Amino acid sequence: MGGQAPVVQRIRLRYAKRGPLRFTSHRDFARAFERALRRAGAPIAFSQGFTPHPKISYASAAPTGVGSEAEYLEIGLQAEVDPEQLRLALDAALSPGLDVLEAVVAGEGSLADRIDASRWRLELPTVDPAVAAAAVKSFLDAEEVLVERMTKQGRRSFDARVAVTHISVTDQSLGRSGAVAGRLDGESDLPSGADGAPCAIIDLVVRQVTPAVRPDDVLSGLRVVAGLEPPVPPRVTRLAQGTLTAQGEIVDPLDADRED
Amino acid sequence: MSARSVFPQLEQLLPRISKPIQYVGGELGAVVKDWDATTVRWALMYPDAYEVGLPNQGVQILYEVLNEQPDVLAERTYAVWPDLEALMREHGVPQFTVDAHRPVRDFDVLGISFSTELGYTNMFSALDLAGIPLESKDRTIDDPIVLAGGHASFNPEPIADFIDAAVLGDGEEAVLEITGIIREWKAEGRPGGRDELLLRLARTESIYVPRFYDVDYLPDGRIQRIVPNRPDVPFRVSKRTTMDLDAWPYPKKPLVPLAETVHERYAVEIFRGCTRGCRFCQAGMITRPVRERSITTVGQMVREGLEFSGFSEVGLLSLSSADHSEIGDMCSGLAEQYAGTNVSLSLPSTRVDAFNIDLAQELSKNGRRTGLTFAPEGGSERIRKVINKMVTEEDLIRTVVTAYSNGWRQVKLYFMCGLPTETDDDVAQIGRMAHEVIKAGRIAAGTKDIRCTVSIGGFVPKPHTPFQWAPMVRPEVIDARLKMLKDVINSDRSLGRAIGYRYHDGEPSLIEGLLSRGDRRVGAVIRRVWEKGGRFDGWSEHFSYARWVEAAAETLPQFGVDIDWFTTREREQAEVLPWDHLDSGLDKDWLWQDWQDSLSEYEQDDCRWTPCFDCGVCPSMDTEIQIGPTGKKLLPLTPVNNLRVPA
Repeated sequence: MGGQAPVVQRIRLRYAKRGPLRFTSHRDFARAFERALRRAGAPIAFSQGFTPHPKISYASAAPTGVGSEAEYLEIGLQAEVDPEQLRLALDAALSPGLDVLEAVVAGEGSLADRIDASRWRLELPTVDPAVAAAAVKSFLDAEEVLVERMTKQGRRSFDARVAVTHISVTDQSLGRSGAVAGRLDGESDLPSGADGAPCAIIDLVVRQVTPAVRPDDVLSGLRVVAGLEPPVPPRVTRLAQGTLTAQGEIVDPLDADRED
Repeated sequence: MSARSVFPQLEQLLPRISKPIQYVGGELGAVVKDWDATTVRWALMYPDAYEVGLPNQGVQILYEVLNEQPDVLAERTYAVWPDLEALMREHGVPQFTVDAHRPVRDFDVLGISFSTELGYTNMFSALDLAGIPLESKDRTIDDPIVLAGGHASFNPEPIADFIDAAVLGDGEEAVLEITGIIREWKAEGRPGGRDELLLRLARTESIYVPRFYDVDYLPDGRIQRIVPNRPDVPFRVSKRTTMDLDAWPYPKKPLVPLAETVHERYAVEIFRGCTRGCRFCQAGMITRPVRERSITTVGQMVREGLEFSGFSEVGLLSLSSADHSEIGDMCSGLAEQYAGTNVSLSLPSTRVDAFNIDLAQELSKNGRRTGLTFAPEGGSERIRKVINKMVTEEDLIRTVVTAYSNGWRQVKLYFMCGLPTETDDDVAQIGRMAHEVIKAGRIAAGTKDIRCTVSIGGFVPKPHTPFQWAPMVRPEVIDARLKMLKDVINSDRSLGRAIGYRYHDGEPSLIEGLLSRGDRRVGAVIRRVWEKGGRFDGWSEHFSYARWVEAAAETLPQFGVDIDWFTTREREQAEVLPWDHLDSGLDKDWLWQDWQDSLSEYEQDDCRWTPCFDCGVCPSMDTEIQIGPTGKKLLPLTPVNNLRVPA
C-alpha cells in the first residue's frame, strides 16, 4: 500500500439542487458526488491512512427538501485540470437536477470564511400575497420571535427574528415567469394549483447564527406571530450564499478567487 | 390511457415523510420513455423498501433488457413505507413508479420479483394502493397482468389466487417472450380479453397460470392432485434457463441510486447455478446447471460498469464464487487492473478452504480489506454430512489460521439451527468450534487481539430440495438451543469474549416455512395478515408472529389444517406436494433418494468434477454444464488520466 499522491490544485464549485432532486440529503449528495468524480475521471486526491477518503470539503448544505442554486464545495486534485472542463465533466456525471454551475481555482483563504448569510425564496402556493405581507410585517415588528425545533439535543426554543436581515413579499401568480432559470426540464415550477391561483413569494435573507435559523424556522415564526399556515407545503430555494455587506447585499464567495 | 405523472400530488407529501429521496427516481441508469411511443409497458416491482430493492440484480437486469427494446417501456416500483402509505391513502395517490411516477395500474404487466416469501404482504399493499383488485378473478382488461418471478415463484401456490401468472427460473428471455405475446395480442385488438392473453402465456409451457389448474384435496387435508382445468394447457410448467451468460452481459448500465441502499457496488454474476449439492439450499437446486461467465466478459463488464456508475466497489457474485474455473486469474487480473485506484473488489465467499484466503489476499492488494466470511453451516461433522456441506473441522481451523496469520483480525462464521435430525449436541458443537478457532487463531496471529463472529440463521425447508419433506423444529426448541449455545460460548470467559454471537429467534423462520411450503389454502392467511396491518415482514421491527398465528387460527381450521401441519409435519414419499406440477428439472425420485442419503449421512459429490449422478436437470431442461477454463487472461488496463468531458 503506497502513499497517496499530494494535492497540487484546489478547485471550488458552485452547484444546484433542483426539482425532485432537492430531496437529496447532504449525505446522499456527498455519495453521488464521489461517484461523479470517478465517472468524470477527475484526478481527485485522497487522504492518507488505512481508509483513504477523497479530498472534498463542503460549505454549509441546504436542508433536505430545500432547493438550492448556491451550494459550494472545494476539492483537492492530484493533477491540474482546466476548471471549466472539470465543471462540464462533473455536471455530465451527475443526475440532471444536481447541476454543477461554476468552477474556479481556489485562491487564498477558506470558503467557509466567505459565507455568513443566505438569500432564500419561499413560495407559498394558494396563500394570498396580502395575507403573507401582513404576517411578514408582524414578524419584522416583533423584537423577538420564539420558535421551537427538534435538534440533536432534543426540542429547543430559540429566536428566529434575530438572524433575519431582510424579509419581504413579492406578488406573483403561478406561471413560468416566476421560475428560477435552469430548473429541471419537464418538472413543474411550483407545487400545484391552477394557473392564476395566488402564490405569495417571500424574499428572505438570514445570517448564520447558532443555533442556525433555517427557512422553516422563519415559516414557524410567521405562524407564531400571525397564524400564517400554508395549506400546502411551501417550496423553498436557496438563491445565494456569501458575505453579507453593510448594504444588505450578499457577495459571491467565488468572487475573490476569480480576482486572484 | 395517459399514465399521467402523479408527482405533483406526491410532491406535496414528500416533505412530511422520512427519506423522501427514495421515491423521487432520478438515478443514473434510470430510463424514462415516451409512454405513447411504446406498445408494451412493464412495471417491475421489488416488494420491499427501496433501499433493499434498488440493488436487486434481477430487477436491474430485466429493466435494462426490456428498455433496450424500442417499443417497450419498463419502470420500477417498490414497497412504500407505512408513513407514505398512510398519506397516499389520505390523498388518493396511487402506487406509482419511481422513474416517471406513473400509476402502476396503467401498465400492461406488473412483474414482482420475490426473492423471499416474506414480501407477500407488501404485494397486497401495492395492489391495493394501485387500485388493482387483490384477486386475479376480479381483474378486468384494464388491469395489468400480475406476474410473479424470483426464487419464491418455484412455489407460488400461497399467492396463486392473487397473481395472474408466474415465471420459474431465469427471466432474461422470458420477459421478451411475454412481451412478444402481449404485443401481438394488443396488435390484434386484444381478442378474447384477459383470459385469452393468459391462455397464450400458459401455452408456452413455461409460464404458470394458476387459474387454469385445480387442486383437489384428500379428507385428511393432503393434496389429492393438481390438474389443468382445460385441455390446452400443459400438465407441468417448466423453469426457464438462460444459457451462455456471455450473450447476456447485464447489467451494463447499473442503477446508481441517490438514496443510501444496502449494497453500493457494481455487482457482476460470474456464474449462475451451483452443484455443490448443499441439501438445504434451494438456490443451488433450482438454478442448475452451472453456467460460467467467461473471464473476459467479466473483465469487460467490470470496466464498463465502473466507468458508467462511478462505484468504488465491485462484487463478484455467484452462489459459490471461489468455484469459478478461472477465479484465480480473474481476481489477480482485476486486482492488477485496479491497483492504485481506490476501487475495492469483493468476493462473497462461502467456501471453507485456504484457496479463499489466497483470493482474498489478491483482492485486498488495493488496501481495503473486507471481512472474511465462511459458512460451515453445521457445528458437528455429523450434521454437516446430513446437509452435504463437505467441510471438516480440520479444514475450517486450517483456513481461519491462514486468515489470522495473514493479517485478518476478524472472521465471520455462518451456521444454521433447526436442521433435520439436529440434536442439542450438534448446536453445542458450534460453540466448541468457535473456541477452537480463537485458540488456533491466537497462536497463529501471535496476539490475543482477534475475533470471530458466529452468526446463526434459522433453517427453512424449501420446495425442490431434498429437505422438502423434512419437519421443521418448533420455535421454542430453536430458541432453547440458541440460548444453550450462548452458554457454551461463554463457558470460557477468555475465549467467549473474543466471540460475537448473532442470531434470530425461531418464530420468523416458522412463518417463512409456512409460506415456502404452503399451498393455496395459505393464501387466506397471508391476506388476513395484511388486512390486520402486516407489512414488511422481512423486517424484525415490523414482523409480528402473533399476527400470523392469529390470522392462521382464523383461516386454516375451515380446511382442517394448521401452521404445524404445514411446517413441523414430516411428509411421506407418496404425498403430492403443492409444487409437483412445477418442473425445476430435478427428478423427484432423485430428490427423495438424496433425502434418504441425508438421513443416513451419506454425502453427494459435485457433478462438475465427478460423473453425472442423474439429478435430472440437464436432460429434462435440455441444458448442460458450461464451465471453463477458457485459458484467457485479463490484460492490464491502459490508465486513462483524462477528464471525461461530454462532446
